[in-house]
Amino acid sequence: MDSRTGAGDPKITLNELARAPAAVRRIVAHPYLAVRGIARGNLPSPWDIVAFALLFGTLVLISFGTSQFGAPLSALEKTPIDLNPWALPYYALRTTLRMGAAMVLSLIFSIGYAALAAKSKRAERVLIPTLDILQSVPILGFLTFTYTFFLGLFPGRVFGAELASVFVIFTSQAWNMTFSVYQSLRTLPPDLSEACTSLRFSPLQRFRRLELPFAMPGLIWNMMMSMSGGWFFVVASEAITVGDQTITLPGVGSYVATAIAEENLGAIGWAILAMLIVILLYDQLLFRPLIAWGEKFRADNEPGQVQPESWVLRMLQRSRFAALLWKPVDTAVNRILRPRRAAAARAESPLQLPSWTPLALDIAWYGVIVLAAAYGAWIAVRYISHAVGFGEVGHVVLLGLATMARVILLVAVASLIWVPIGVAIGLRPRLAAMAQPVAQFLAAFPANLLFPVAVMLIVSFHLNPDIWLSPLMIFGTQWYILFNVVAGASVFPHDLRDAADNLHLRGWLWWKRAMIPGILPYYVTGAMTAAGGCWNASIVSEWVTWGKTHLQAHGLGAYIQQATTDADYPRLVLGVAVMSLFVVSFNRVLWRPLYRSAERLAGVDE
Amino acid sequence: MNDEYKQAAPVAAPGDPALADAVLEVRGVRRAFKRPHGEPLVVLESVNLNLHKGEIIGLLGRSGSGKSTLLRIVAGLIKASDGEVIYRGEPLHGPAEGISMVFQSFALFPWLTVLQNVEAGLEAQGMAPDEIREQALRAIDVIGLDGFANAYPRELSGGMRQRVGFARALVMNPSILLMDEPFSALDVLTAETLRTDFLDLWTENKLPIQSVLLVTHNIEEAVFMCDRILVFSANPGRVVAEIKVPFKHPRNRLDPRFRQLVDDIYSRMTVRHATGKATVLSIGERLPEVSTNLMAGLIETLASETYKGRADMPALAQALALEVDELFPLAESLQMLGYAELESGDVQLTPLGLQFAQADTQVRKIGFAKQMLTRIPLAAHIKSVLDERPGHRAPAVRFLSELEDYLSDSAAEHTLSAVTQWGRYAELFTYDDAAEAFSLDMPEAEAS
Repeated sequence: MDSRTGAGDPKITLNELARAPAAVRRIVAHPYLAVRGIARGNLPSPWDIVAFALLFGTLVLISFGTSQFGAPLSALEKTPIDLNPWALPYYALRTTLRMGAAMVLSLIFSIGYAALAAKSKRAERVLIPTLDILQSVPILGFLTFTYTFFLGLFPGRVFGAELASVFVIFTSQAWNMTFSVYQSLRTLPPDLSEACTSLRFSPLQRFRRLELPFAMPGLIWNMMMSMSGGWFFVVASEAITVGDQTITLPGVGSYVATAIAEENLGAIGWAILAMLIVILLYDQLLFRPLIAWGEKFRADNEPGQVQPESWVLRMLQRSRFAALLWKPVDTAVNRILRPRRAAAARAESPLQLPSWTPLALDIAWYGVIVLAAAYGAWIAVRYISHAVGFGEVGHVVLLGLATMARVILLVAVASLIWVPIGVAIGLRPRLAAMAQPVAQFLAAFPANLLFPVAVMLIVSFHLNPDIWLSPLMIFGTQWYILFNVVAGASVFPHDLRDAADNLHLRGWLWWKRAMIPGILPYYVTGAMTAAGGCWNASIVSEWVTWGKTHLQAHGLGAYIQQATTDADYPRLVLGVAVMSLFVVSFNRVLWRPLYRSAERLAGVDE
Repeated sequence: MNDEYKQAAPVAAPGDPALADAVLEVRGVRRAFKRPHGEPLVVLESVNLNLHKGEIIGLLGRSGSGKSTLLRIVAGLIKASDGEVIYRGEPLHGPAEGISMVFQSFALFPWLTVLQNVEAGLEAQGMAPDEIREQALRAIDVIGLDGFANAYPRELSGGMRQRVGFARALVMNPSILLMDEPFSALDVLTAETLRTDFLDLWTENKLPIQSVLLVTHNIEEAVFMCDRILVFSANPGRVVAEIKVPFKHPRNRLDPRFRQLVDDIYSRMTVRHATGKATVLSIGERLPEVSTNLMAGLIETLASETYKGRADMPALAQALALEVDELFPLAESLQMLGYAELESGDVQLTPLGLQFAQADTQVRKIGFAKQMLTRIPLAAHIKSVLDERPGHRAPAVRFLSELEDYLSDSAAEHTLSAVTQWGRYAELFTYDDAAEAFSLDMPEAEAS
């Protein structure tokens, strides 16, 4: 056989083909079609124009959006937020850029942190529990510290405030991505890992050929989740009052804050519309293509049932212009990563150290950690006891209990509503395919944009804020329950459904014996996410304003918000610490055991 | 133990002329794990081995016999605790240039095309891109993968995937090729095609390879491919016999001399069990994880008209489409329980085994329980602990840590899992997976 049959000229097709969906690849692999495919590729296609426009449009927008960064902070005050709807595209652009910057930061952080944790036992002992706590800390409670810190770094500059906002979004995105990469690096397929060693890959090559690709699907999925959670925080972090200083970075969040202050309901409507469009664009232009592209990194060697599709990805793959742009990047990456010498030197005998070295290192390392932790705890305790006294702690814990009661109740109510609906949707594949993107979209939508509407309703009907502010907490996060349950129900094995019918399982028995155990791991994941989101949202939803109207519920969230507004740092530290404790113990005592037993029930091994 | 297989013939003493054309030498290689208390756990007892030019050497044995460990030490993937591997006149540290490996699971990167997979190893050597492409295409051509260069592994059949595995190893221009059960994940016909294709290339000198080390648990495959076979036994893994295969390629599986050699190796591999019959098992004896259904199935098959209670193992393996790795543990578990005896490559039902075949489920279970209590000390131990305890419950971890004094962690887990399965079948005790505990309480309907 001739080695070129079916491949066409490998130099032309390889790079393009590597990124094509399986269906396309199969067609092009046919000798006749391959020739035709290449011939067609030589002419500029309409896709090229679109790709060209998109690329340069993005470049222009970025330069436009960042041109103000060097301005002094007072510039913000001179140009107040304009409530004209035509100003919204610009604000939306700024908000989007912030999200993008935070995502890039999160990516770099997650890969670096996870690699460190996965490769060093010593680092892992400290890094992973830290990550676990970071994940449970209410980000919004830290807003004040973040801003103070970054404004201190760049005194009087807009850049400092921008950084602070990006950092807040970053803290809402990075942790689950990091966990995902860490998990992937810990579960590398042993045979592939051996193959890398046997082929004598350099560490960089190993990272590029094995570790990064293997982590990719999980990372992409978590990026999407993070992004969807991030919109809430970008809105909350753009306009902030610390003590007597109010900072409003140009963006959708500030637009809404101004509209609230001016009681302009029409402007809020425009902001909601703008947000809808931005989320939709992000999804279509970034995440659909990413997910479709990420398909090729799935480690199981079997063909998947549903191939995710994306028109943007298809466009990029077919456009010769995109390929032209990609090629130098590809070559550059290859050149950088190509090892100068084979990794033979690596295997040479390592340094001869005395046998007690590891033990001594362990003692030193963990000793330092323990000391640092003890010092930190001592500082915190002293700070709080001096400034507010321990009587306050009891009060805060009570408030925490109030918020906890709300969280539990809300998750329970949301579950009662969404689990049956989710199952009903999930069991109908066509409906599920339609409902799934909608639910994910709703989860991404920053619910805080809708708070003003709720305030107006509560005020006009004279409702009790302690009760009626509560639903706001779960408004944005209940969708996680819905779409996880839909996902669970739609993969519920068909033969088990048939068996349940065959055994005449009906009503409650059907739920108890068949459906609930089947969807439990999915439900727990959704409920866990929803509850976590609730805690965070309590900070903005137990304390809401509309112009001069101000509503407040009794709870830890309102306490933290109050302390933020008063710039009362000791109370703020105390509030955030107590809330973190609540969330962490909530996770440890309730969700994790629940998840483990759910997995066991569903027969998932390891 | 018999003398004839006790020690592998020392392959080449220093000063031996054979040493001259040795491509690689394994000198006293041993691998053991330190344990917190007690003796270190030996996975591989000292092995000496010389690889000569033009030789295919088979490492034959069951799982846990250390054959894969030896292969990985030669590959530089793991370190020997003692001894050394000499390659090109120097001790081996880590993966060496000129030693390539083919994996049982193919170990292809699913996100790279066939061509990219083959190129990956050359890239690691820092070769120029044009040269990489040229060599990769040549390897793909030699191994018969033309037309698949742009395919992803998931689009290929198992046989084609393993061809990629071969191409990836061969493109490195190795002088030694290591194969870790390369055909065992393939169906019978595909495996045979790949074997003959490889042997054709090998005998026609179309490969750069000077010597091949093949790990397998398939006796026929070893006889079909190898010039020399080292037979390994388990616990601890060591070489118990070295067999020269005197046939020329291509070999005929139906040749009586071929059959005779296969039979011969079968009996060598079963001898240990014949002598082990009289000895009493200890608590720490490794139990094969074999389902009771399989045992009952084999007993019934042996008791049937076809075999009349006695069967030749190679024939049985072929008839039941079982590999050594499956048939041996199965037969061994029957022997442990006193239902069958193994000798010189045959398996023979005992009177108890014949009774079992005739009995109905309840009688079988009662008999099985009795056999377990008298012949498997671990089962008796668990039962007595449960009897003594007031609540008749005991955590699994307790027995696991006892087993770990004798066995490696994974072997201990498998053994406990085997005894759990058997104990459940015999209704000796139950196991609660959620609580990870053994107990005596059966579900209520049965207890009353």
